[in-house]
Amino acid sequence: MSVSSATTEVVDPVPGAAAPHLPEQPDLVQLLTPEGERVEHPDYSIDVSAEELRDLYRDLVLVRRWDVEATALQRQGELGIWASLLGQEAAQIGAGRALQDGDVAFPTYREHGVAWTRGVDPLHVISLFRGVDNGGWDPVATAFNLYTVVIGAQCLHATGYAMGLQRDGAEHAALAFLGDGATSQGEVNEAMIWAASFSAPVVFFCQNNQYAISVPLERQTRVPLYQRAAGFGFPGVRVDGNDVLAVLAVTRAALAAAREGQGPTFIEAFTYRMGAHTTSDDPTRYRLASELEEWKLRDPIARVKAHLSRSGVADAAFFDSVEAEADELAKRIRTGTVEMPDPPGTAMFDQVYAEQTPPLAAQQAQFEAYQASFEGSEH
Amino acid sequence: MAETLTIGKALNLGLRRAMEDDAKVVLMGEDIGRLGGVFRITDGLQKDFGEDRVVDTPLAEAGILGTAVGLAMRGYRPVCEIQFDGFVFPAYNQIVTQVAKIHARSRGRLAMPIVIRIPFGGGIGAVEHHSESPEAYFAHTPGLKVVAVSNPIDAYWGIQQAIASPDPIVFLEPKRRYWEKAEVDTGATPGPLFASRVVRGGDDVTVLAYGPMVKTALQAAEAAAEEGRSLEVVDLRTISPLDLDLVFDSVRRTGRCVVVHEAPVTLGLGAEIAARVTETCFHSLEAPVLRVGGYDTPYPPSKLEEEYLPDLDRVLDAVDRAMGF
Ligand SMILES: Cc1ncc(C[n+]2csc(CCOP(=O)(O)OP(=O)(O)O)c2C)c(N)n1
Ligand SMILES: [Mg+2]
Repeated sequence: MSVSSATTEVVDPVPGAAAPHLPEQPDLVQLLTPEGERVEHPDYSIDVSAEELRDLYRDLVLVRRWDVEATALQRQGELGIWASLLGQEAAQIGAGRALQDGDVAFPTYREHGVAWTRGVDPLHVISLFRGVDNGGWDPVATAFNLYTVVIGAQCLHATGYAMGLQRDGAEHAALAFLGDGATSQGEVNEAMIWAASFSAPVVFFCQNNQYAISVPLERQTRVPLYQRAAGFGFPGVRVDGNDVLAVLAVTRAALAAAREGQGPTFIEAFTYRMGAHTTSDDPTRYRLASELEEWKLRDPIARVKAHLSRSGVADAAFFDSVEAEADELAKRIRTGTVEMPDPPGTAMFDQVYAEQTPPLAAQQAQFEAYQASFEGSEH
Repeated sequence: MAETLTIGKALNLGLRRAMEDDAKVVLMGEDIGRLGGVFRITDGLQKDFGEDRVVDTPLAEAGILGTAVGLAMRGYRPVCEIQFDGFVFPAYNQIVTQVAKIHARSRGRLAMPIVIRIPFGGGIGAVEHHSESPEAYFAHTPGLKVVAVSNPIDAYWGIQQAIASPDPIVFLEPKRRYWEKAEVDTGATPGPLFASRVVRGGDDVTVLAYGPMVKTALQAAEAAAEEGRSLEVVDLRTISPLDLDLVFDSVRRTGRCVVVHEAPVTLGLGAEIAARVTETCFHSLEAPVLRVGGYDTPYPPSKLEEEYLPDLDRVLDAVDRAMGF
């Protein structure tokens, strides 16, 4: 087997070297520049009304505020941990808003923006990070699956779900989310093989935020990730993950192709994790502050705001109203979190099986008797 | 030389010493290099030993263990870090079907001196898959050895002994106790790795524990003493092979035995130990061997883990029941 050096751009593997590590990306789909200028792309166009643009801006601002509030709540001891989406708002809102009724999303643990687009209550997401629930929301009613912490597992689930859609003749698609690090997992590669083999209506949406905790992209891949798709036999496309319009256009096209029976697509949303991996992480140990500064210039929200203002589609009153709405949301999240009741101890025995087994029922009875033995005592 | 060390730091120094002693020792894992691991157990080792010996791997546990097998075949001694207990399962196939069996299948021609370090157990308020106790899966697999450390001294010596050992070892680290401290005499001669130890003498009930539950058992013994009850606490230390002679001696004296672990009780280590103690000490037993463990439910969300995990009160409750027979 030979590798064509004309199409394969080998990235110098420098673990831990100063980043941004990748050269200017050649095939990056972009429709809105970091300066907020609308540009055209030969393969992807998008027609968004003024109202849609304002809605996208609102989405972006609200999920960022939710995220900032959750980080603060964790710092104040109200959450066990929080996985911030800071910097990835456009990738998530763009992808989430590309979904239609009947499509189903399969997230990792960071897709709060996608959760938002599916109407999942932020407090339900927070309940997971507060340690109140292992699930948090209704995955069926929201068409937004439960978060998957075990890296990559959900890619196979999305593929299987897509195979089910295909069998049923349903013209819908599954959207699997994954990170750059996840692309190394065997299960993720198996998912892509299955998806290709059965031409399943699934789209793999990879947020390449440049890191898997501390490990930079070069440890996972020697070629740009979107080029991996070719090896599996389906199209791969790299989109500016900080450009909500481009992400929306690219994901819409991929989902439409999947629904029409053209099989899977791999989307690499090129972005950056602007915060720590989670609130437990200390990124100063493995990356330079200058890198973050550079990515701040490509902020996913600033460019939409610039575009909205410049094109006269939104005025100060609009921006103020979104701010006010964000403040309201933050307040609701804060109050709702602080007041969130702890589950009863017996909750752990619930729904372990469709019907509780006799041994487990006996164990629960023992548990209750044991708990009751403390009642009235000082314990 | 005696130093006050946490379990985490003792592991770090033990790894360092093992790497100094044997150039074939290679550390592999996710985020273990530059970051020093999410628990900082490998802190500073990549800086001092280089990227060839402390390898930040791609994010793939099957890859970590599978390539460790190949490296072992080539004469290396891989020490694999699994970031959290719940993430060992992508590697489970390699561990169970390959690592565990190659020595026997090759009739001893191929050694598998692989150490699989796993921070295990709950109590840290984490989200799911970060609080599991998977020891029974491995102890149930012939060809693997399984040890669990409970204190800085065993951490320091145990990791070195495990690395020097010719067999594959699942090395369980009690993550919620990483910050517990003790004096470690790094010039001492360590006792054997595969041996249980009495960590508190007593006459009424023998309490067996390992890893994070040793501290809990000792706390229970302390509380019981105030009520005039004397518990003998054994740190099992080795889960496979089990080293029960000292347990049998103890149970023959006390007539009562309670086994404590965080893992669900059903088919946990306690089941095996209860069977063996019953088989060997039947005529000395005043009460059935009792088990205190996690409930047979998925590990609950962290708000409920205090109710799920065995604590001092649940150990004492079992002690009461054993005494009541
Ligand atoms: C199977 C498995 N191994 C290890 C982990 C620990 N872990 C959690 S997130 C993470 C990095 C993931 O990186 P990436 O896929 O790029 O997603 P990102 O966090 O950057 O969004 C790791 C190693 C895990 N959750 N699951
Ligand atoms: Mg990443």
